[in-house]
Order: sequence, then C-alpha cells, then structure tokens
Amino acid sequence: MSTDNRRLAELVSHDAFVQRHNGPDADDTQAMLAALDVADMATLIDKTIPAGIRLGRELDLEAPRGEAEALDYLKRLARQNKVFKTYIGQGYYNTHTPAVIVRNVLENPGWYTAYTPYQPEIAQGRLEGLLNFQQMVMDLTGMDLANASLLDEATAAAEAMALCRRANRKVKSERFFVADDVFPQTLDVLRTRAAYLGIELVVDRADAIAEHEVFGALFQYPGDGGHVHDLATLIGAAKGNQAMACVAADLMSLALLKEPGALGADIVLGNSQRFGVPMGFGGPHAAFFATTDKHKRSIPGRIIGVSKDSRGNTALRMAMQTREQHIRREKATSNICTAQALLANIAGFYAVYHGAEGLRTIATRIHRLTSILAEGLQRKGVSLEHDSWFDTLTLTGVDVGKIHGRALTHEINLRLHDDGRVGVSLDETTTPADVAVLFDVLLGEEHELSISALDEALVADGRDGIPAGYHRESAYLTHPNFTRYRSETEMLRYLKRLENHDLSLTHAMIPLGSCTMKLNATSEMIPITWPEFAQIHPFAPNDQTVGYKQMIDELAAFLVEVTGYDHISMQPNSGAQGEYAGLVAIRRYQADIGEGHRDICLIPSSAHGTNPASAAMAQMQVVVVECDDSGNIDIADLRAKAEQHSDKLSAIMITYPSTHGVFEETVREVCQIVHAHGGQVYIDGANMNAQVGLCRPGDFGGDVSHLNLHKTFCIPHGGGGPGMGPIGVKAHLAPFVSNHVVTPISGVRKECGAVSAAAYGSASILPISWAYIKMMGARGLREATELAILNANYIAHRLADHYPVLYRGANGMVAHECIIDTRPLKASSGISEEDIAKRLMDYGFHAPTMSFPVPGTLMIEPTESESRYEIERFCEAMIAIREEIRRVEDGEWSLDDNPLANAPHTMADLRDAEWPHAYSRELAAFPSEATKTGKVWPAVNRVDNVFGDRNLICSCPSIDEYRD
Amino acid sequence: MSNIPANLRYTESHEWVLDNGDGTLTIGITDHAQEALGDVVFVELPEVGRELDKGEEFGVIESVKAASDLYAPLDGEIVAINEALEDAPETVNSSPYDDGWLLTIKTSDSDALDDLLDADAYAAIVDAEA
Repeated sequence: MSTDNRRLAELVSHDAFVQRHNGPDADDTQAMLAALDVADMATLIDKTIPAGIRLGRELDLEAPRGEAEALDYLKRLARQNKVFKTYIGQGYYNTHTPAVIVRNVLENPGWYTAYTPYQPEIAQGRLEGLLNFQQMVMDLTGMDLANASLLDEATAAAEAMALCRRANRKVKSERFFVADDVFPQTLDVLRTRAAYLGIELVVDRADAIAEHEVFGALFQYPGDGGHVHDLATLIGAAKGNQAMACVAADLMSLALLKEPGALGADIVLGNSQRFGVPMGFGGPHAAFFATTDKHKRSIPGRIIGVSKDSRGNTALRMAMQTREQHIRREKATSNICTAQALLANIAGFYAVYHGAEGLRTIATRIHRLTSILAEGLQRKGVSLEHDSWFDTLTLTGVDVGKIHGRALTHEINLRLHDDGRVGVSLDETTTPADVAVLFDVLLGEEHELSISALDEALVADGRDGIPAGYHRESAYLTHPNFTRYRSETEMLRYLKRLENHDLSLTHAMIPLGSCTMKLNATSEMIPITWPEFAQIHPFAPNDQTVGYKQMIDELAAFLVEVTGYDHISMQPNSGAQGEYAGLVAIRRYQADIGEGHRDICLIPSSAHGTNPASAAMAQMQVVVVECDDSGNIDIADLRAKAEQHSDKLSAIMITYPSTHGVFEETVREVCQIVHAHGGQVYIDGANMNAQVGLCRPGDFGGDVSHLNLHKTFCIPHGGGGPGMGPIGVKAHLAPFVSNHVVTPISGVRKECGAVSAAAYGSASILPISWAYIKMMGARGLREATELAILNANYIAHRLADHYPVLYRGANGMVAHECIIDTRPLKASSGISEEDIAKRLMDYGFHAPTMSFPVPGTLMIEPTESESRYEIERFCEAMIAIREEIRRVEDGEWSLDDNPLANAPHTMADLRDAEWPHAYSRELAAFPSEATKTGKVWPAVNRVDNVFGDRNLICSCPSIDEYRD
Repeated sequence: MSNIPANLRYTESHEWVLDNGDGTLTIGITDHAQEALGDVVFVELPEVGRELDKGEEFGVIESVKAASDLYAPLDGEIVAINEALEDAPETVNSSPYDDGWLLTIKTSDSDALDDLLDADAYAAIVDAEA
C-alpha cells in the first residue's frame, strides 16, 4: 500500500459527527433522489418549501466541533459551576442514585430512547416501572390513586387547584387558599395560572384557613420553614367550609410522618426528585399527583392502568386517555401531554431497590441528624422558628453575615432568608461529619458538641422532631415488587427484564409522525450525569452556576439564529407548557398596550389537541378555522373569521409545516391576515425539524414559537418524558415571558410570574441540545433537515402504490412526514389502522402515529437518522402487510382469523399445542427475514382497552397475575 | 341503519327525550350516538335535584376513543339518574333507548318538547352525517 499523502488538516475532521447523526450516506442519498426523479437535493427542497419563505443562506453558527472537542469544551464550561454541599432544600435535595439504576436506566438508551407507551404490547417494561411509581406514591401518600407523573411540583399544585375548581360544586367561591409557607416557587406558578383561570388566590397563615370561604386549599407538609403542621386540624377546617384540601408533601418525610390520605386530604402532590434523581439545576424530575377514588376521572396527566390481553392475561396500558388533550381539546382536564416517565421510573426503582425498611432507615437517618442539629443548636442558645421538623430547621436571631462567611469557607450553601433567618435542610447524603461541620458553621468552632453524645441523649429520651400523633403507623411498599429485588443481582436482572419487554430506538426505527424519533447521540447524553451539571441546586448562588448560565446563553443564541426570533425563554418544561407560556406572553403584552380585551384564539381544525387545551388555560375563546380538501388552512374561512372577530382577535396558533405534513404555500399570507386584524401569530414548533437551516418562523410572520427540544434538538423521549419546550419570541414579547420569584431573570418584567418551578426548566438536559447544535454546525443542521425531508418523500414514494398518501404540497412533495390513508382498506377488508399497527410489531417495528391528525390514518416520520437500509426494511414490512390485507380482501382469510386481526403474536401463541389459524406459526411470528435472526417479542397479546377503562385498576396487580 | 323510535323527540346533539306523561321526561343518547362513540366505559351524571337549563352541559359519556358532552334538551330539575350505569356503562351500547337511559327531569314547560326534532327530522340529520 502506498503512503497516504493527505495533509494533516485533511486528517483532522471537525464535522465527523454529521455522518454519525444522519442515516443515509452520499450514495443512498443519490439513489433516493433518483427514485424520486429529482436531480439533486436543492431541487427537492425547491419543490417542497415555498420559495417565498426560504432563508436563502446558511445559518450563522460557529464551525462544528467533533464529539471529543465538543465534550472537552463543555467540560470546561461545566467546571465553571461550583458543586458546594447544599442545604438549601425548598423542594430540592441531594440524593444518591443507586449505581445499578444510573447505569441500567438513566444512562441506558434501552430506557431513554423509547417513546410514550401508546403501543402497550411493546411497552410492558416501562409500564410496569410506572405502575411501581404509582403504587409507591399511593402507599406513601395514603391515597386511592396516583398518576404516572407531572412536570414539577409547582405545576402539579396548579393542576390540583384546577381539579378542585372543576370538582367542587358545593362552593360558589372563585377563591383558592394557599398557606403562606407553601414553597415560594409554587406560589409563583399558582399566581400565573390563577390569573387566567379567573381564580383569586388567598395567601394566609395555614391555621387561618377557617376564616376564608374558598373552593380549595393548599398546605405544605412539612412547611417551607420545616414545620410539621397539625395537618388533621387544617384539613378538617378546610373541609368544614366545604373546601377541598390539597397537600404538597415531601415524599421522603412520608416514610415517617402520618400520611395525608389518612388525614382526609383530597389531593396530595409533590416532587419525587429526592428518590434518586439528581437536582440538575431544577430538573427534570417527576412530580407526583394522587387523589381519591371520587376524583379519578378528573385526574390530569397520564395514568397507567391494569387490563388484560386477548388471551386473558394481565396487561398494562395507559388508562382513560379520553380525558387528555388529544381527544378533549379545549375541554381536556389539562393541556399536559409529556410526563416525566424516565424520572418517574427512576424514582419508582429507587423505592424498589430500597424497599420499605430501606426507605424508613434513610428517612430516619435524615430525621435523626436533623434532630441532633436542632438539639445542639438549642443547647447553644440558638432559637428555632418551629418546635417540629422532619429535615429542615429555620434559625432565627442569628448573625447571618458571620454564618454566611463561614459557610463559604466550607463550601456550603445554606438558605439565607432576606429577614435574617437561616434555613438548613438535610438529606440522604448528609453524614454525621457533615453535621459536625454545620455546627462549626452555625455556631463557630468552639461549640464542643459531640454528635454521638447528642445521638445518645436523643435516643435515651426517645425524643425527635415529629409532633405527637404524627408518627406514621401504617405500612407501605408491601407489594412484592418492593421486596424481591434487594440484591444487586436481582435488581439488575429485573431492570433488564423490563427493558427487554420494550421496543426502543436500540431495536428499530420508531416512525411516529409528529414525534421525531431521531438519534439521541451518546456524546450528547454523557454530560447529563457529570456532577457539575447534575448536583447543582436550582437556587444555588449565581457565582456557582456560571458554567450553566454560559451554556444556556450559548444555546439560546443558537436557537435565536435557527428560529429568527429575538429572544429565547428557556423556562417551559414541555411543548404544552411552551404553548401556555407563549400565549400568556401574548396576553400580557396585549394587556400592556391596552388591548387586554382581545381573547379570541383562531386554531385550524388540523391542530394538535394541545393547542386548544393551552388556549383554554390562557382564558382564550377558541374559534376553529376550517381546512380545505387538500388539508390546508382555508384562507377564505380564515379571512372571514379574522374579520368577524377583528376587535377581539388575540392570536392564531398554527403548526408549520402543518400537522398534515405539508409546507403550506400560504403561511405568510395567514400571518399577514392575523396581524392586519391586530392578532399575534403563535407558530407551534412541533415540526421545526423540517425547517432548521431552510426557513425560519421568525422570518415569515411568527411572533412566538415553542421548540420541542426533545424532538428537533435530540433530547430523548425517555419513554414519555422528559421534554423541554423553550419559546422563541420577537422583541416586543420578550419582557412578558416567564420570570422567577427566587432566581429573577434579567430583561423580563418583575410582575411576569413563572410557568415552571425552576427558572430554566429542566436545565440539566439542555447540554444535549447544546452538544447537538455544536457538533452539527450550520451545514450539518441543514443537511439533517434535507435528509429528513428526503427520507419522508422516499417513503411516500415507496408506499404510494400500496397505500394512498393523503396530503401533498403544491409540487407533489410531502414535508418531513407523510400520512397514509388506510380508510379505503377498512372499507374493502375490515382491517383497521390499529390492526396494521399491531401487525407491524410482528415485523419488529413500532407503529407510525395512529389516527392523528386524521382518524383512520397512519402518519410516518422517519427522521434524518434512519439509514436507507432501515427505511427499506420498514417499507418492505408495510408492503408485505398490504399483501396480507389483500388476502383478507380476497376472502382467503376471514376478517376474524388473519395475521392482522390476531396481531401481535407472542411466544404464548407459539407455545399452544393447537394452532387453529388459517395461516402458519412462521408467518405469525417470523414474517420477515430480519425477524428470523433477531426478534423483538411483544410481551403480551393485544391489550383490551375497553376492559381496562371499565374496570379501572391503577395499582400493582398481585404477583400471581403476572405471566412468567 | 340506526334505530330511531317514532315516539321520541331528539336533539341535534343526539340526545332523545321521552315524555312520560306525568310532567317528567326521560333522557338518553340515541342508537346512532352510541354506535359512533363505540364501547362506552364511563358515564358521568349530575346529582339529583340540580336545575338544568336547556343547552347546559350536564355530563360526559366516555368511550375508549372519544368523550362526548351531554346537553340538556330542555329546562328542568333532575329527579332521577340511572345509577346502574356506574357499574354497567355498556348498557348505553346494548340498550340505548331502554335500560341505558341517563336521567329523568321534571319540566314545567312540556310544550317546549314540540321545539325538539321528531324522528323524521332526526333521521335526516343522521343521514346527512353519514
């Protein structure tokens, strides 16, 4: 072999990641373009995206960096964060994530690349994990039923307030009581939400509840300052006035404290973060929400329920989905879609790993150390604000300056209140040595206190910080799932067994339209568990979060360039919350310019159900704009409705490219019409991945958009969350985005309240999007968009002879996804889109999106990350299924007994001695070559949704009911 | 073709009304409506004693794939609800005009019944939807 004479510069590649992220190589790209009869990529894009909105230049971003370079740069940023020992508390605590969970769940693509379990037959693993979470929450709170997580404690409190108002028909009042020792960030979010629900908040001392006529009340247990309230009396007083009682509870404290459910609470909510999920500068974490059986149909968010499959075996699936926004639109119980599935699973597994005794020991240790701290401080004459506590003490009358100085020397964060009080919250990671240091900091080094002597004294006296009558007596975590997996070997195998039930991106493409299941690159994921990102308290002092701020600023600058907006608000925790934050910014802006009466929101009939649900939460009246036969916004109808509501028009919400998967030619005109009538334009960024580098919503008329970082910018879906939904806004809206009461954000008006508990939402997953953009660069991002469009058009082309493609653009092209119409097949054969979806499992694939946005259809989105090999494999499966349907059409197979109606097929089917079907076992389970060498087995047969919704059970079934 | 009994009155939102002849009216959803909803899994009904205004939402019927609001066809006070639906919501599917009734109201204005659709007019609406 001759010497390679390339220069060094040619051997160093800074854009190598682009080839890792994108599936098709140059040859595949050329072949697919040729199949479409398009000369080159530029021609394809010209035929797909209207000329009038094209960006016409490359994005102005720094040159890309290789994976190692980007991580190196990010590491340097991370090191500018300071990891102090933090005792701030206030809803966020240090925790030890069990290593077996870090490695096998948090850092494992088998768990983090899965989608929301809409196809339960290939999602039984994470459904069981989420059911464990629900059971844990029910046990610890003492409530009848819990959901599978919400975004954070503050929004969970807002959902509780909304539920109370819906459910409490006895009280006419529009007032909601909030105890003055509820966490301030929770109150901040409640204020924002209440303002647009027509609810007046009453903030007063908890024990003043009896004096107020309200429809509901929220108490913190223990309170913000650490006080363990006489909750029974408070709840009794609230209910005495017909108000519903909500309790924001600390999950760890409930291992020792009397459970709110036993004291009459109607709703119990809170954060499960301290169950093994790092603080991460504010998130992501799983909030929990539990209520009584009476309110089960009003509970917001996703709920996992137990049903049975077609063989009668126990099978799990999401229950009561009709309450949710995709069905109920503006009448939904909430606009929430994303849960925090990955984090809920981790918290549930933390409980599985420790069990009841383990949890009790952890909680008792935290409490003992707190009692030791209290005892020592009191012996030295320090006054405590309260005479009860679980893990938090508030010191009064101390020299804050001195204490602060000593704390800095020891690299310790305390909670320094404005009024001279000092708060200290201990947690699972606190050691006796740490408490000795705390004595040094709080008292000075001459205190001569002995931890062991104090411990002895407390044990001898039988004293602690829990008031009489508030020690927990009932058992919890008694289900076998919380006792069987204590050894690491058993835990490891349990986690792997559950993982193996689920189909994730580690197995096959997940062609879910509108969900953008692209690569979540390992390099992007690595930084999230770095201590400099993971172990930062959201309310840590600014000089400890310099690296975070710079990373967030850099990401915001990238997103400004990508979207054409002027400013990014990084606070919203999901796409739905971004919508809400954006609409609220519009309403605040309009109120500021004297047009607060504008409250009509135009929404096309093709919109995602979240849009109207969000508009309703922002107190807007939804007016539907019709679509024409091609699926585009009907411009005549839009004109008429904008005209009719001109005086009251607040906004339009459109999705671009449309939910029908088309770049509408008229988008600029749509924006102009709305602007001409004084309205603002909200462009839903769900499909932003089809625009990056090619066109920008800020250029063609958008005033605000949310960006689903978990779609376009590579944050993994986590099996149903986390997500991030920052919003881009034009300059006039920038002062009206979300501020934060604890950690104010510059440039935002002070009175603009928060939408999330933390100032930057789920900050610890932002490095994923940062790394993606950094490693792709301008050209790489544009190529990714182009390949996403090419892949979708290639699929539309390959399938067009077998399934009609419902909507296309002006030149016959689809955008980044395509809808195939299966309704004619239903008419000719009786086979439904659901049968096709389930049959795809037998071929080893996750189904496309079913019946959205058009009932009876399938929407396919391949993304740029899927290779031609995988796309061909998927198309071949779809075509083979079409031929199977033909055999039903031709009468060869009956509608009752064919491989589609009986899909998916399981190992249990193959084990049957008798095979009564008109097709072979091989065709049932191994219909393609790929399945013969590597098969993803559905864990259960087709799940019976009707049975589950009629017989609602949302707790862990007895272990005998699980099939082996 | 769905069943549309001639002795009932109907609304455009697919409720039926039976005049019991004693100043009370029984209300349910039509065969067409139950078929469109699919397997009913839950029926949320209001409390006895509540006053309904014509057109007011009084409950929700949920199936696995849809949820549909229920609207009062006439003014009236609720005197009975079909409590059996709590445990057997599927009765709405199997017997929409009989055991699957939703509630009974007492009305002071029976004449208003004449403003509702008769079977032929309702059949025309169902046909137009098809």
